[in-house]
Amino acid sequence: MAVEGSRVDNLGQFKQTYFDECAELLAIAEAGLLRLAPGTFDLEEVNTVFRAVHSIKGGAGAFGFSDLVTFAHEYEAVMDAIRAHTVPVSYGLVEALIHANDALGRLIDHARAGTAPPPDLIAAAVTALRADSGHGLPAAVIASGRAPAVASTAAAPESPRRSFALRFEPNPDLLLSGNEPSFMFRALARLGKLELGCQFDALPALTELDGEKLYLKWAGTLQTAASLAEIEEVFEFVADDSVIEITPLAAGGAPAAAVPAPATPMRSAAPGTVAPPGPPAKPPGPPVLYGSRDEPPATPVQAETGEPVQAASGGQSIRVDLDKVERLVNLVGEMVITQSMIAEHLRHLPPGQHREMLTGLEQLTQHTRDLRECVMAIRAQPVGSVFQRIPRLVRELSAETGKDVVLVTSGEHTEVDKTVVENLIDPLTHMIRNAVAHGFEPPDEREALGKPRTGTLHLSARHRSGRIVIEVADDGRGIDRRRVLERAVERGLVPPGVQPGDAEVDDLIFLPGFTTSEMVSSLSGRGVGMDVVRRNVVALGGRIGVHSIPGEGTRFVLSLPLTLAVLDGMVVSVGAERFVVPITNIVESLRPRPADLRRLVNLCDVIQFRGQFVRLARLHRLFDIPDAVEDPTRALVVVVEAEDGAQLGVLVDDIQGQQQVVIKSLEPNFRRITGVAAATILGDGRVALILDVAGVHELSRRAGPGGGRLAVEPPSQTEAAA
Amino acid sequence: MGSPAMESDMKKKVLTVDDSRTMREMVAFTLEQAGYEVLAATDGQDALSLLEGNDVDLVIADLHMPVMDGLSLLRRLRAMPSRRSMPILMLTTEADERKKQEGRAAGATGWLVKPFDPGRLVSVVQRVCG
Repeated sequence: MAVEGSRVDNLGQFKQTYFDECAELLAIAEAGLLRLAPGTFDLEEVNTVFRAVHSIKGGAGAFGFSDLVTFAHEYEAVMDAIRAHTVPVSYGLVEALIHANDALGRLIDHARAGTAPPPDLIAAAVTALRADSGHGLPAAVIASGRAPAVASTAAAPESPRRSFALRFEPNPDLLLSGNEPSFMFRALARLGKLELGCQFDALPALTELDGEKLYLKWAGTLQTAASLAEIEEVFEFVADDSVIEITPLAAGGAPAAAVPAPATPMRSAAPGTVAPPGPPAKPPGPPVLYGSRDEPPATPVQAETGEPVQAASGGQSIRVDLDKVERLVNLVGEMVITQSMIAEHLRHLPPGQHREMLTGLEQLTQHTRDLRECVMAIRAQPVGSVFQRIPRLVRELSAETGKDVVLVTSGEHTEVDKTVVENLIDPLTHMIRNAVAHGFEPPDEREALGKPRTGTLHLSARHRSGRIVIEVADDGRGIDRRRVLERAVERGLVPPGVQPGDAEVDDLIFLPGFTTSEMVSSLSGRGVGMDVVRRNVVALGGRIGVHSIPGEGTRFVLSLPLTLAVLDGMVVSVGAERFVVPITNIVESLRPRPADLRRLVNLCDVIQFRGQFVRLARLHRLFDIPDAVEDPTRALVVVVEAEDGAQLGVLVDDIQGQQQVVIKSLEPNFRRITGVAAATILGDGRVALILDVAGVHELSRRAGPGGGRLAVEPPSQTEAAA
Repeated sequence: MGSPAMESDMKKKVLTVDDSRTMREMVAFTLEQAGYEVLAATDGQDALSLLEGNDVDLVIADLHMPVMDGLSLLRRLRAMPSRRSMPILMLTTEADERKKQEGRAAGATGWLVKPFDPGRLVSVVQRVCG
């Protein structure tokens, strides 16, 4: 045999794959269990859970995780009983299964860490499962742990060679099961010295010969050091319907036993009695001899399958170490910079010359962009992996709070960079927690208000303006603005006597340490408030906002960039400075006519843009830049739109051009600055700041009519001022 | 090319059909080490479409899979004239006789019982496809 035991150790490299897969399978199983309810259930859902547990068990067996095999087997047996309708589905059983799923997860964690699970872990979960599945469950027999590990390596060299007499009379339909005597004989030959003769007596006349039938019989001897079991194993698949005799011979070549009958027939059955139903015989062809099992030319498969023809590429994938992808992303980033450097140099060439070089550069630009997108697509993941966790959370939360909540999700397939997916989990969990704990009224109160007793929580994801936007919307009571304001005044966050607008009051809930008595509960008392959520989101270049209508509900909107690596930007100049405006935010660029400019009664500058007034933000004033163009009619206005749809006219001196820029985060090297999303390096080596449109909007609002300098403030207040 | 398991320069092709990535990768790894070329499909339907463009010498299919399970795949393949006698092994944790008989009746060449044992996999594969 070519394979020795050491191969098993090599399989250790698949443990990581296995554990990764286990995490996915557990989530799939859990999602299936959560959809399981008494009464009618979807058989396919039950099958899905069964298969997931089954796969976990299969892998566990391969790696020798016996605890895992044992427990998965119990769990799987219950799922099997459910699909066979021998165990009725009850709420108690579903709970027990969910706990079993958790227990399985913990066992997997132990297997991964190489630690022994606490002994009661399995026992408790098994007891619960058995209690809830009742008498209908067949006693689970743990078979996999001691599956027949038949020795497949060649026998130890010291064992003496023995001779066996062999007789093999295959079932005539043997070939139809895909078994091939010649390969079996080769396997025998690998065990020792094989001498085999073929008997043709059963061969019919040529005209009556059926090309798919096997008319031959064999007899001979095998000298081998292998055991009888190893020889029998060769005939394992054909033993049930063929005659096989393997008789140990004495040294002289005569049967060792005095009895003339075969000493150890594996199984004797009259040929044909257990024959598998073969397909209808085809017209007689040339005699088929083993070893040259030429098949008729393959006929097109589509003709005989009624199934839709699927793309052949489906499901083919490889696993790549994330570090390798990271390196690729970094390299693409460097390439983007290099490309813009070349573009910068070529800009200074005399116009009309070096056409080929310019065309080449254009192509390079396009290819770099495509390459960037391809590389980012490698890391892209649907947000569904995060959404999968939510039903469980909602279920737990509604059980804890006594509220009836149904979850409706949409946009699970929206794809976003892996790094962003990972960073979604925490804020999303908080938003959901907040919605169930504070958003919804108790069922009785809802009924009294004429609302359905069951509240609806909408969770959705979509792409918008090159960002991913996640919404969590409840149909609960909405934010109690009076209480929020009272509380804010109490805590000195808002000066007394000031009446902020509704939206501003709603926004107060993101202030550090802000809680109203309604907001404190066993659920939210986990030490993290919405301020932390906002800070984390903002640190990623994201934003979170809240919209509330009293009595109708609250909607949290979270937006994050699709990637944290590169973006398409418009480079603009203000004085000697360069800024990058993300292309996705830009609506239009224009040079306003004097008639377009207005100053409102509150002294706020606006420009008329497509029939509406848009606030003007003078970048040179916001960032205190000297030597900029002051007169808007001689400068340019870039009209930008934030994710919330608010528009703003950003006043800049000039537009330098469009290019991809590599995002270099400011926070690790400096600190966060309102109005600035990140920095980048331009082709000429200069550092340019990437504008955060919503932040600039906020800055210009705070700067007020004078549009003075406000950009620098103590960092601790940066988020608070939101 | 000159792998000890091969008698000619043509590598034998094996298609592994399993919804478990771990199992697909382990089967592929083990058989590639032994000198086989391995294709992989995630379920029966996937296997059928793969087989439209590829001829293989052996199919190893898991029993439990979404979309199309192993037994259905087996029946579909046996219904095709060109695949009537192609070797098809069922890979399963079901050690019980009932599943084996069902597989046999549907025309399975043989079966491999999990847990995955690399040595045994290779010896069985050699026995059914050379």
